[in-house]
Amino acid sequence: MSDYNFAYLDEQTKRMIRRAILKGLAIPGYQVPFASREMPMPYGWGTGGVQVSAAVLTPEDRFKVIDQGADDTTNAVSIRSFFERTAGVATTTRTHEATVIQTRHRIPEAPLAEGQILVYQVPIPEPLRFLEPRESETRKMHSLEEYGLMHVKLYEDISRHGHIATSYAYPVKVEARYVMDPSPIPKFDNPKLSDCPAIQLFGAGREQRIYALPPFTRVVSLDFEDHPFEPSKADHSCGLCDAADSYLDEVIVDDAGGRMFVCSDTDYCEARQAAGHRGKDAA
Amino acid sequence: MYVAVKGGERAINNAHAWLAEERRGDPSVAELSVAQIREQLSLAVNRVMAEGSLYDPDLAALAIKQARGDLIEAIFLVRAYRTTLPRFGASRPVDTAAMACDRRISATFKDLPGGQVLGPTFDYTHRLLDFKLAAEGEAPNAPERDTTAEPVPHVTGFLNREGLIEQAPQDDTTPPDLTREPLELPADRALRLQALTRADEGFTLSMAYSTQRGYARNHAFVGELRIGTVPVEMEIPELGFAIEIGEMVLTECETVNQFKGSKTEPPQFTRGYGLVFGQTERKAISMALVDRALRWEELGEDNVGAPAQDAEFVLYHSDNIQATGFLEHIKLPHYVDFQSELELVRKLRREVEASDRREAAE
Amino acid sequence: MQANALTGGFANPPADAANAFRGLMEAMARPGTIRRIAGATPPAPLSAAAGTVLLTLCDSDTPVHLAGGADCDDMRSWLAFHTGAPLCGPQHCQFAVGTWEALLPLSDYPIGTPDYPDRSATLIVEVPALEANGATLSGPGIRDEARLSLPDIAAFQDNAARFPLGLDFVFTCGNRVAALPRSTRVGASNDAAAQEEAR
Repeated sequence: MSDYNFAYLDEQTKRMIRRAILKGLAIPGYQVPFASREMPMPYGWGTGGVQVSAAVLTPEDRFKVIDQGADDTTNAVSIRSFFERTAGVATTTRTHEATVIQTRHRIPEAPLAEGQILVYQVPIPEPLRFLEPRESETRKMHSLEEYGLMHVKLYEDISRHGHIATSYAYPVKVEARYVMDPSPIPKFDNPKLSDCPAIQLFGAGREQRIYALPPFTRVVSLDFEDHPFEPSKADHSCGLCDAADSYLDEVIVDDAGGRMFVCSDTDYCEARQAAGHRGKDAA
Repeated sequence: MYVAVKGGERAINNAHAWLAEERRGDPSVAELSVAQIREQLSLAVNRVMAEGSLYDPDLAALAIKQARGDLIEAIFLVRAYRTTLPRFGASRPVDTAAMACDRRISATFKDLPGGQVLGPTFDYTHRLLDFKLAAEGEAPNAPERDTTAEPVPHVTGFLNREGLIEQAPQDDTTPPDLTREPLELPADRALRLQALTRADEGFTLSMAYSTQRGYARNHAFVGELRIGTVPVEMEIPELGFAIEIGEMVLTECETVNQFKGSKTEPPQFTRGYGLVFGQTERKAISMALVDRALRWEELGEDNVGAPAQDAEFVLYHSDNIQATGFLEHIKLPHYVDFQSELELVRKLRREVEASDRREAAE
Repeated sequence: MQANALTGGFANPPADAANAFRGLMEAMARPGTIRRIAGATPPAPLSAAAGTVLLTLCDSDTPVHLAGGADCDDMRSWLAFHTGAPLCGPQHCQFAVGTWEALLPLSDYPIGTPDYPDRSATLIVEVPALEANGATLSGPGIRDEARLSLPDIAAFQDNAARFPLGLDFVFTCGNRVAALPRSTRVGASNDAAAQEEAR
């Protein structure tokens, strides 16, 4: 433990964040402004997720942190050790053992359960931001449910490329009301957002927004009748565990065009290997 | 055989150890003390206090030492520390008219009550490297004289007496607090000034410079620039009166800007305002120019589409801690999103190639 | 009275508040589920659960409306000492606490604005009984359907009809808590007996 308060933040700050989380849960997909604090790590490196985690963690929790699906990426290691030090919570790399999971860019492959909380780090919470840079305008568009611009953009993609050219941070509509940015997860992960038994919380520190999906919330990826949404991944099996259903990282193995595909979710891959699954590149 | 990369924790620890070694530099050279930084790099200390929003020269000096002289990194250290401090209350507004000035100049009047005082300025130094400083010398002594405590009234007050400058009526409503509430637009002037005083010096300078070059030019004269010490007082409810809790050095800049007048207002000058912790006059002057440019709406001017007139643009991009964090985050792993783009581009190319082949065959 | 005001707070604020919030968050995220929360011992007439919710969420930044019997000297000094929350009428409150009858009419409370629907009141409703029966609930947080003994039905249907504007409700009874956010669609119970019991 340390000289700082439990989970670093002072109690008044945690109350402010907790109030924002409750309003977020009451209005699924709506971005609640909150007075994000300066954290001892840079904006853009998970300060929103860290503040949300700090506000929901209890001393009894078991905490997991992943970045790009992996527990061992440097920023995941750094955030995990921050909470080990400031909250004294137990940590784990096993998805099913964790009660609170903070993530950047992935939803774990293993299905989540009731009692679990998934905290997303969000860089740009506003799904309309790249179509309209002004906050004053996008706020109005959400209040009027004016999402035509988004559909126009997606349709322009189709006419230019034959496909919707958004492959991550693919926009979704929550309970037929708010269009929401699911954070830069690959669109492969989008179906897992919907009807999930766990609570999903989204924190954007620099942009000062928190939003939420209660369990079993209906989340639909935006699409068109003649161009239905399709999750996609590399058309391979994991070289280590042979999983055909998981999202894959591409690894360059030599300077002669050699490459292999491995699970981005390291816990999923390790659990499969421990259960005896072997891919074509495994030892 | 492929083995997934492991050892993030050890890599981080080793990087930190290496950083500490580099920070110290060659151990045969004497180590810098925090007091040396505070006393001899005081303008760096001032910038860190101003943009860190924490008036504490010792902590700012420590942050500069820890950050190896990277001032934005030092500002970040101070901001992160500041957030953890409990709040006991708010001071009374400081009275800059009662400032004990080290420097006070006006570009609008040749002489005026309180006089022109150059103070410790670089202004008329010839920018010739002083090689004597490379050798350790004795502490220089500046000539001194006794002064009487002559009041130094604000220049804008003189103009105000003639009704030649817009009124700035006193407003005792508690201003919003940028550090405790999320930024909301439209932002009133108090909130804009709050953001500008902690804004990145370089950003503020460039915005101000752009107004001088014609992007919403506002014809600024430095009515007055003053640097000096003011007492900070706080009301103590238990005592029923205010006590002095310390003093701080501030830089205040008031610009006098032209304004044509309107149907309801006779021709008069308008104001831009800058107030910054420490001796930070480049920042204070820049702040006053940007403040003035942002006031176009309340003064009934045209929005000419200049960046410095765009409050949303200025306020959302002026904070160097936000900016540097987000800018630098793109060096974090993005394997997952990049992979999804890679798949998409490959798929689109396959389709283009297939249709090209079909066309060639036809 | 003064001594009373100083006691009954969290013994270990960071841990007590964290545990209470998790219970409350689960309740808000899963409308209709009933959770136990503890930590505070407020003066009469407030329940331990209602007191715990106040200590978990309120401070000098949150105007609180004490409705009816909750607006007594003991409660005022207890709340002031432990939270510093300013007291106010229903129109400007972020939180209100009291019995259902004391809190009415709901039209007095802020329901948010189209730009900022989160700027709405949360009502902490002290109820004599809190059971998983009565009105049917569906919507976000609910797999198929849930049931909760509600003090009214039409009022909550009207509230949900204004979504995304609206009030959010926390029901407290003894050391138990349940919640009903504005996103929940409320149906009349088809079990008349259960409905009667809920009244």
